[in-house]
Amino acid sequence: MSLPASIIRLAEEIHVDDNGQVITHNWLLPETAEIIYGGIASLLIFGALYKFALPAAKKAMAARTDRIQKELDDSAAAKAAADTEAVQIRAAKGDIEGERARLLAEADTQAEQLLAEGRVRLETEVAEMHARGDIEIAQLASRSGDELRTEISLLSSQVTERLVAEHLDAATQDALIEQFIAKVGAA
Amino acid sequence: MSENRIDGYARALFEIARAEGTIDEVEDELFRFARNVENSDSLRNALTDEKIPASRRQAIVEDLLGGKATPTTVQLVSMVVGSGRGRDLPAIIDRLVQRASTSKGLEVAEVRSAIPLSDDQQTRLAAALANATGKQVNLKVVIDPSVLGGLVATVGDTVIDGSVRTRLDHLKARL
Repeated sequence: MSLPASIIRLAEEIHVDDNGQVITHNWLLPETAEIIYGGIASLLIFGALYKFALPAAKKAMAARTDRIQKELDDSAAAKAAADTEAVQIRAAKGDIEGERARLLAEADTQAEQLLAEGRVRLETEVAEMHARGDIEIAQLASRSGDELRTEISLLSSQVTERLVAEHLDAATQDALIEQFIAKVGAA
Repeated sequence: MSENRIDGYARALFEIARAEGTIDEVEDELFRFARNVENSDSLRNALTDEKIPASRRQAIVEDLLGGKATPTTVQLVSMVVGSGRGRDLPAIIDRLVQRASTSKGLEVAEVRSAIPLSDDQQTRLAAALANATGKQVNLKVVIDPSVLGGLVATVGDTVIDGSVRTRLDHLKARL
């Protein structure tokens, strides 16, 4: 029997009262026909669900599981990284303390060294200045002496020239000319 | 002024003086005038100043030499100054003196002295210089008070210095 024919036959079996209300044969159980097409429909739905919805749901669940696992892994990695960084920071802090102490010590050493060098340089410069001063004093004295000697020689030469000019009378001039003639003639 | 032009003027002056028959006298006067020009800034400026008219410069020459030098000397100097060659006058005259001396087979001997030399002294000095240099000399005496005493003789490139000035300079250098 085909499905439409069965449905028609089942419809003919339905009892209706005078008011048009459907009268079932049991207060709890549905009609046999209803059980049959209801069961078939349920089977179809469950089949469809099994065939189409279940793989998708399985896939979604697997993806969700993967995502959650990944997030858990990431969290674990982040925690490990944070632990490592914390260790490094703690180590760095220790290093900073050590570096600070080292720098301070080094600065103290350099300051002492600079002070010592500055003291030595200052003493050297003072000694050099003293020496230069002595030399300059000596040079000044020498220069003054030279200038004095130059001045004296200049004055002497001027005085000599004046004295010579004053004493060059006609007789002396003649004598000088005669001396020249004699000298040139004898050459 | 180019050497050629100086030579040209010297030759012209020499020929004129020789033609006049007064070369010895003119040469001597010109030589002394050239030395005066060299030693006097104001005279040199007056004779070489282009702003002064040529006639005025010639008048200065005539005022200076008139009656003290032969007319030929006055005219020759006046001509050179009038032609605007006053700056080269000493060089022209020196070249003329050289030419005149060469024509007589003599070498110019310039002698600087603080006082004038007598004729006798000049004769003996010329002989002495000829003896010393081996050349017959045309003696030209220049009165130069800066010599102070003694003489400075220049014959060509040879300088014989017996001046008091030089001795004083040596003394000054030693001091």
